[in-house]
Amino acid sequence: MNAAVNLDPVTLVVIQNGLQQVCNEMDLAFVRAAFSPVISEALDRSDGIYHRDTGELIAQGELGLPVFVGTMQFSTQAVIERASDVQPGDVYIVNDPYLGGTHLMDVKFVKPFFYRGKLFAWLANTGHWPDTGGMVPGGFSANATEVEQEGLRLPPVKLYKRGQIDQEILSIILSNIRIADQRIGDIKAQAAALTIGEKRLTDLLDRYGADTVEAAIEELKARAAQRMRAKIATIPDGTYEGSAIVDSDGVVDEPLVIRMQVRKQGERLVFDMTGSSPPCQGPMNSVIATTKSSIYLAMKHIFPDVPINAGTFEPLEIVDPEGTFLYARYPRPVSGCAAEVSQRIAEAVFDALVKAIPDQVFAAPAGTSGNFALGGFDPRRNRAYVMYVISGGGYGGYAQGDGLSNGCSTIGISKTTPIEVMEQYYPVLFEEYSLHEGSGGAGEQRGGFGVNYSIRLRRGEARASMVMDHGRTGPKGALGGSDGGLNTVVVDQGGRIYHPPHLSKDQDITIRPGDRVMVSTPGGGGFGNPLRRAPKLVANDVAGGYYSTEQARDMFAVILTDDGAVDGPATESLRSRRAKAAAE
Amino acid sequence: MTEQVQQNLIVGIDVGGTFTDLIAIDMATGAVRIAKVPTTLDNQAFGVVAALKQAGVALQDVQTIVHGTTTTTNALLERKIARIGLLTTKGFRDVLELGRRTRPNPYGLKGKFVPLVPRALRLEVSERMDAEGEVVIPLDEGAVRDAAIKLREAGCEGIVIHFLHSYINPSHEMRAFEICHGALPDIHVTAGHQIVSEYREYERGTTACVNAAVQPVLDRYIRRLREELKKEGFTRDLLVMQGNGGTISSALVAEAAVNTVMSGPASGVMAAAYTASLAGFPNVITYDMGGTSSDVGLIRNGVPQVSAELELEYAMPIHVPMVDVHTIGAGGGSIAFINDAGLLQVGPESAGAFPGPICYGRGGNRPTITDANLLLGRLNPDALLGVHGKVALDDIAGAILDQVGKPLGLDAVSAAAAILRVANDRMAGAIRMVSLSRGHDPRDFLLFPFGGAGPLHAAALARELGVPRLLVPVRPGITNALGCVVADLRHDFVRTLNKPVPAIDPAEVKAVLEAQIEEGRATIVRDGVEVASIVIVHSADMQFQGQSHILTVKLDSTDIGREALQQAFERAYWHRFEVELPEIRAVLVNLHTAVIGKRPAVDLATLTGGRQAAGLAEAQASKRQVWFDGGWHETPVYVREFLPLDAEFPGPAIVEQLDTTIVIEPRNSVTIDRFGNLIVSVQP
Repeated sequence: MNAAVNLDPVTLVVIQNGLQQVCNEMDLAFVRAAFSPVISEALDRSDGIYHRDTGELIAQGELGLPVFVGTMQFSTQAVIERASDVQPGDVYIVNDPYLGGTHLMDVKFVKPFFYRGKLFAWLANTGHWPDTGGMVPGGFSANATEVEQEGLRLPPVKLYKRGQIDQEILSIILSNIRIADQRIGDIKAQAAALTIGEKRLTDLLDRYGADTVEAAIEELKARAAQRMRAKIATIPDGTYEGSAIVDSDGVVDEPLVIRMQVRKQGERLVFDMTGSSPPCQGPMNSVIATTKSSIYLAMKHIFPDVPINAGTFEPLEIVDPEGTFLYARYPRPVSGCAAEVSQRIAEAVFDALVKAIPDQVFAAPAGTSGNFALGGFDPRRNRAYVMYVISGGGYGGYAQGDGLSNGCSTIGISKTTPIEVMEQYYPVLFEEYSLHEGSGGAGEQRGGFGVNYSIRLRRGEARASMVMDHGRTGPKGALGGSDGGLNTVVVDQGGRIYHPPHLSKDQDITIRPGDRVMVSTPGGGGFGNPLRRAPKLVANDVAGGYYSTEQARDMFAVILTDDGAVDGPATESLRSRRAKAAAE
Repeated sequence: MTEQVQQNLIVGIDVGGTFTDLIAIDMATGAVRIAKVPTTLDNQAFGVVAALKQAGVALQDVQTIVHGTTTTTNALLERKIARIGLLTTKGFRDVLELGRRTRPNPYGLKGKFVPLVPRALRLEVSERMDAEGEVVIPLDEGAVRDAAIKLREAGCEGIVIHFLHSYINPSHEMRAFEICHGALPDIHVTAGHQIVSEYREYERGTTACVNAAVQPVLDRYIRRLREELKKEGFTRDLLVMQGNGGTISSALVAEAAVNTVMSGPASGVMAAAYTASLAGFPNVITYDMGGTSSDVGLIRNGVPQVSAELELEYAMPIHVPMVDVHTIGAGGGSIAFINDAGLLQVGPESAGAFPGPICYGRGGNRPTITDANLLLGRLNPDALLGVHGKVALDDIAGAILDQVGKPLGLDAVSAAAAILRVANDRMAGAIRMVSLSRGHDPRDFLLFPFGGAGPLHAAALARELGVPRLLVPVRPGITNALGCVVADLRHDFVRTLNKPVPAIDPAEVKAVLEAQIEEGRATIVRDGVEVASIVIVHSADMQFQGQSHILTVKLDSTDIGREALQQAFERAYWHRFEVELPEIRAVLVNLHTAVIGKRPAVDLATLTGGRQAAGLAEAQASKRQVWFDGGWHETPVYVREFLPLDAEFPGPAIVEQLDTTIVIEPRNSVTIDRFGNLIVSVQP
């Protein structure tokens, strides 16, 4: 700490709160003014303040999408390395996945913040653009094999120079993306959020002085690290193994495996992914920035009350997963990394640590974003469209309760678009939006349930694409709990039933009027031995139709009478037989 | 009708979590009576009658009772609701359980959600409307009848009919309503579009279920209350407060029971709007600080901001227009502690009412905001200590020193000051976010604190927020009851249009607005209560094409052209976001009409009680040491009701009254207006 600055403990807290406020206000300004529903409804964006020289995270908005925990520090570092002639009012744009990115659709704006003529920090935000060009609308190609197929890749370039938008760069961008006419609204909103941040950070510095705030930033980083270390100390020393499986990369039909060894010794917590699958041909590679952020995110889900700044992550040692699909290099395709692989990485962390601290961690959540896109032409309205459906699934059971049904993806906090809105905009009719019965993994605390939906095309021809997961193996159960139910996709093409060969990933399926797409999303993993679940609770679930009588017997070893009551003796005898069989 | 001449009393009775408050105003003489009795949780009616007795109100003198009740809010929060069933479109019975795919908190994948209607009571019937309102599958009327009977046999007290796209074409819902009503005349039936005719199936359906789930509960309560009052001889008008800040006749209230949810906070904001407007302050932030949480509301141009997008708790959206009150998790009982990072943190954990702050003497041993206020002399130790057994000031100081002071290297008093600074900073930040997220800069507003603890913190909050002035009303502790007395009759109507501005037919807009006016006027006639005049307020919810957020634009008449609509929206958008988007079309989403029946004006000047002293010196009760700005200040303590109306004095000062304590900081200056309001100017 700067010895010349007198930093009392109260001022420290007040500045911490002040920095957080600056970020929250940026988040708010961005989401309120944004156009694309991906940002305004799905909240797929994040704002933060970054260190002048190192690009390290100083503070991040609490309303940002969880997947961005810690990611923007990597892209800000890439900007710092390449920036020259930095002027007030400049805004860099960058989406290069290999330069600290996620996938191409996450477009970052990075702005130098000057205070009294001196560079003090960087303000940055990310917004998920609905399209950045590439072979499929929306960017989620299921079978791209190089990044060029995935869309327009931008190295750090100045989109704004001294406050003025560069029309030439803008025109290059707008000429390479779909639905370009509405993008200018998002660009202005994204830049305006940084301007709000500038104003508020200036106010904070005016009030407390640049030296004091700078000293506080340094001290807060140390305190955050201290806080994470205190959390780590609650984990018993030992080596914990976890794993997760990605169905396939979309090109080669083989599972990709994530091996996660978490080693805890004293204050050290090491994450080692050695032994995970090698880089893949299809778009399921993860860039290192996303791999690291996924681990940060998992830890934030386990310890929700730790603040988000560079110090929080300092005690987390991540061994570079060289030679695996979790450390993608150019030109490996990466469009699946932010939406899917990130969540499998988090699940592998949960799977390892639930064994260490079972009271705090949960069985695996459904964890797929369930990306489904339908693109076509509506003859009645005479216009082209791209419709997205992003789905939730069941959460894992946990020591204190059953998993939530239809929770948002692990990396997201968005809401679904209402069916009544979808049908206003697109020529489809939903025929079902219901609970995926039986999908909650069995356990003493069962998993939550996924969703079934069914869409019928009414007019014109369209193509369907999807990047989902957990079609091969369900979200893992924990401590004796069973895995959650699988993700399935079925397409009815004029009576001919089509199952995607890669189960959860496919592209350009032809859909004609009257054809139907039926999707079921995964349930959450069960927690603890299902034989210990109170039979009464199982009977209640059967009464509500959440499980069938047969499932009660097979999954929970609970026998129900014809009127739905628990048959105590039969249940007891079946449970003791099952327990005996398991012991042998 | 001769006795009517003597019926001059208007009585406001608000039932809160702890106390039932009453204010009775004699419209002829201006005489005021107030009462405060404990709330009777099992049947709030007993508390209401007790309050009337305590105030010595003779019911034959009463013209109108306006009642604010927490019956419906509590029923929902505690899930003591009626057993109800759902009839819905085939394929969609789980919409109300699946929600909008959310979780309670951004981080931490835990949490629970219990649907308002159990799955076994959610039945499907064959029918389907599309987004244009065209029938895709006709209604299976026989299935409706069968399902309704099945639900009654399952013991349902109410039935909700919720079909997709009923906001654009309600014919299937209306027909199903008739069938259910015909088959089961003794059961409440709610059709979704009748409660709210907006798109979004989860929100509309949940709002309808909330209505059905609290309807029988409210109906029973109001009947019981009327009977209790009748026994005491009262047969005149009984009005009930609604969440929109207006009242409705008790005879009609159960029809749309959902409208009474959150009426308590709404009446507080109504009272603030009334009081501040009379005092000449049209733009106000209200701050009602209680034991575990605080409510923040916004008033612009004298009108409380109304929202139709509030969420009562996680995944319980209630989309009827309600006064926009935002709850923040900080109150007098918020606990101060040192977290893992060695930093002082205040809240969100609260000591609540039990065990409560240390100073309550109910066994609490963790320092709270209230304890810090006490140690710093802001609260009167003699007035507070030993609510339940004596607690020495030294014990409080010891707890603050051990749990906060020592880890930070501070003595007890500095630690208490640190607790207040961190707490005020956090609360100010939350108020700022509330006002910004609704598009306002707090510096343009007056701060209006009420509730038990609001006036303790208001000066510090105003300083943090850059708010230049605060107004402490005469009776901060009965603000909600006052809100009942000053509230007008009010009925809100919303209809979804969802069309780009160029595609709008101005005649259709006019027709929708006029139909809403007519329905409102008819409802006021059905209320059967005399009104001085009727005021109509129209607004439009608008957005740019492709956006999902809505901005509300006031409409000055029912005749509004496309051009004027576009311009009004663009102006509002610029004001809010400082962004111009001539490239993109605007969309008119909803048309909203509020029909307001004005009630007689109430004179607030009589609230002061008329016990003012001749001079400031006579109003001063004592002096005590109070901690400000890092040091003790000898601070005069005034008795609120003795303060002369022309008094002016500088801070620091403490003003005490029965229901609250007001802290005036150094560099503040105080004046009192002719209504007895304390106006505090706050220097930054």
